[in-house]
Amino acid sequence: MLSADARARIDREIAKYPADQRQSAVMSALAIAQREQGWLSTAAIDEVASILGMPPVAVYEVATFYAMYDLKPTGRFKLTVCTNLPCALSGGAAAAEHLKARLGVDFGETTPDGRFTLREGECMGACGDAPVLLVNNLRMESWAGGEKLDRLVDELAAAADRGEGAPRGGEGGR
Amino acid sequence: MDAAVKLGIYVPHFCWHRKLSIAANCRMCLVQVEKAPKPLPACATPVADGMKVHTHSELAVSAQKGVMEFLLINHPLDCPICDQGGECQLQDLAVGYGASGSRYGEPKRVVFHKNLGPLVSAEEMTRCIHCTRCVRFGQEIAGVMELGMMGRGEHSEIVTFVGRTVDSELSGNMIDLCPVGALTSKPFRYAARTWELARRKSVSPHDALGSNLVVQVKGDRVMRVLPLDNEAVNECWISDKDRFSYEALGSDERLTAPRVKHNGEWREVDWPTALDVVARGLKDIAAKHGGNAIGVLASPHATLEELALVARLARGLGSESVDHRLRQSDFSDDGALAGVPWLGMPIAEVGAQDRVLVVGSFLRKDHPLIAARLRLAAKRGTQVSMLHAVDDDWLMPVAHKAIVAPSLVPATLAGIVVAAAKGAGRPAPPALAGVVPSPSAEAIAASLLSGSKRAVFLGNAAVQHADAARIRALAQALADIVGGTLGTLVESANAIGAALVDAQSGAGGLDAQAMLADPRKAYVLLHAEPEFDCANPVAARAALGKADLVVVMSPFAHGTSYADVLLPVAPFTETAGTFVNCEGRLQSFNGVVKPAGETRPAWKVLRVLGTLLDLEGFAFESVDDVRRALTPDAGAIAHRLSNATSMPVTAPAAHPAPLERVADVPIYFADPLVRRAASLQLTADAKPPRARVHRALLEKLGIADGAQVRIRQGRGEAVVAAMVDAAVPPGVVRLAAAHASTCGLEGLSGPVTVERA
Repeated sequence: MLSADARARIDREIAKYPADQRQSAVMSALAIAQREQGWLSTAAIDEVASILGMPPVAVYEVATFYAMYDLKPTGRFKLTVCTNLPCALSGGAAAAEHLKARLGVDFGETTPDGRFTLREGECMGACGDAPVLLVNNLRMESWAGGEKLDRLVDELAAAADRGEGAPRGGEGGR
Repeated sequence: MDAAVKLGIYVPHFCWHRKLSIAANCRMCLVQVEKAPKPLPACATPVADGMKVHTHSELAVSAQKGVMEFLLINHPLDCPICDQGGECQLQDLAVGYGASGSRYGEPKRVVFHKNLGPLVSAEEMTRCIHCTRCVRFGQEIAGVMELGMMGRGEHSEIVTFVGRTVDSELSGNMIDLCPVGALTSKPFRYAARTWELARRKSVSPHDALGSNLVVQVKGDRVMRVLPLDNEAVNECWISDKDRFSYEALGSDERLTAPRVKHNGEWREVDWPTALDVVARGLKDIAAKHGGNAIGVLASPHATLEELALVARLARGLGSESVDHRLRQSDFSDDGALAGVPWLGMPIAEVGAQDRVLVVGSFLRKDHPLIAARLRLAAKRGTQVSMLHAVDDDWLMPVAHKAIVAPSLVPATLAGIVVAAAKGAGRPAPPALAGVVPSPSAEAIAASLLSGSKRAVFLGNAAVQHADAARIRALAQALADIVGGTLGTLVESANAIGAALVDAQSGAGGLDAQAMLADPRKAYVLLHAEPEFDCANPVAARAALGKADLVVVMSPFAHGTSYADVLLPVAPFTETAGTFVNCEGRLQSFNGVVKPAGETRPAWKVLRVLGTLLDLEGFAFESVDDVRRALTPDAGAIAHRLSNATSMPVTAPAAHPAPLERVADVPIYFADPLVRRAASLQLTADAKPPRARVHRALLEKLGIADGAQVRIRQGRGEAVVAAMVDAAVPPGVVRLAAAHASTCGLEGLSGPVTVERA
């Protein structure tokens, strides 16, 4: 169940559209649900569908279409590395390999301690800053290679130990 | 694309379908348009003045071939084991546009199979080309989006939401729509190849629409049923009931030889023996007790010829007690009707109304394709309102709803009449002087007054209502006041036909209800199974049990506890016949296979029986003779159809019981054929009925949701599971009829009590 706070935020999104087009708020509603629960469970999708008066499978279509929605629980910090061509040529591929080695996981996997999930991402529209990566969909790191990556991982690992980042399985979160 | 179709020019396509919205996602219909820089999809490019389009130019064909190459990259080469083989659009177009070899050497993708339920098979989703016809059908025609496309690009898949099933009563149409072998028919799976099948036209024997069918036959077996396009009737759709009921034809319960009960034991006999027993029995009873001691109950799913002959047989024996209105319980306006109640307009006009009020109907399940027409109309702006005993989900925008207990339906309708009269500035019927409309009645009346084409439809629950005559009179008054058409949605495939050939009680005879309440000495049952098909199954069983002679004419061995003679007569696929649908359309059909075993067409059996009884007017050589002699032609039918009643409008007395039953007749229990269709019986709609009640009632009784409850109605009782249903108003128990677990209850409506079992 979504919290009253999340419901209120979803209602605010719904209010941005005409009354007969509640489904327009589906992307923001899913994002709100994901931020609160860390990922989109079947129950969460069902709840969003009933809030918006949409068939659940239509919400599911949206949730599976966009890469930023997670349909499985993730680690506290989800690192999405761009591996499209400009990034790949400018160190993106190397950055991805570096992270894989450092975290000991492949793309789409979560570290056993639940601190990190590594993802392969598509172009983030900042090829000039290549290589780029996203932290939890919101924070973008530019020129993210080599030592900078290690510092980032150290910083986030410490933050994860303090309980920051995305909520995991039933815990509350920011 | 529409322009090309109009000109008779073929443009290859997959996702475009004339009844669905344009998606333009298969790209197969790319054509060359002069001055356009690149090929454009024909389906999504509007025609403009002076536009020059080349559908078969080098550019167009090379674009189409390119698309085909992409489609075939991931399509498996499993045509030899694919059920769609031979009727596959992809296979056909690949012959025209595909290359003889593939340039693609990489691994193909694999899409996991899904379980969509007992009717639609999605075992080979790798074959899917993502045209989304099935998704759009769900959204646009069936009104419920059960399938969707998950993921994107190469990872797209057609899915239900996390393993749910497809439960729509129109789901089989997705099989027809699928241009490849991704969605196929589960019951038909691996049964035959399309080129082995003979195709024969027929007409659906189920709901009153009279859908046109193509019955596909291999040898003497019906292998599957598909729709036959008829824009005026079923368009290109059929309901799952029409499509999958054929499975009952091969059921173990088929009766293949006449049987006679001798000293309590059943014996198979030959036809002359069986008919001799029947003729002597009927003659004896008519001689000893008078003709009216014989009651004839005929199913409104029987053919016109059968009904005409059975009525003539009854009257020849001196009985006026013959009836097909098995679920009706109010016969008080029998002499007051100006004609045979019908839809009031052609079927195609239903979708052209601006304002519609449907009184008492489980619309989706009783009339799936009428519901689909109203659904499309509602999306275009028609205001559809509902007066019903439960808030049934019609999967369409419903403008206004009045949901009241069944006994309050007449009073609420009276309220709508009064409100409409006030709104129109016309006098309300004086009998309704004291009626104060409820707010929902006011809203419905205002809606009805606002459009230009208006209709009031009476559903099955209204016709079966204990106060049906009053409802009809009120509905007529309402239609008159708002200047609209009164229509009856009509219960079954041949109810109109039965009335036209007078297979209903005449002067001095007993109607379907009376001849069971007042037991007869002998009964003849034509395709009827009174314990499921009659309004009061308890009275039916009691009356049949007491009778000296019960003759069952049916394709199935049933009623062995009360019957004395079982005569195997042909179902619709094994006899020629005629149905008259809800718009009065006379549709004749021929048998498509030979009768099973010793089964004979019922018209022949009745003809021989008539001759054995020395009755006049049974000397017919063929079914055409019967049709010519006994049944009206299309022109005569039009004059006999009318919804008008001369019953005066009277003020309804509203004395609701504390708790009332409302009974739907579930779509897959409604007639003997569907009850035995194996795959339909596995669907969600065929689950054993539960007592659906308002949450407050269960809380008051201290019963948990899902617990067993004992329902008492009249002399009978039933034990079923209770279920909280927000669509049921307080004071109402919704419990389906026509099922073994509920046929211990008396009547489709009336006071009931609920207690913990």
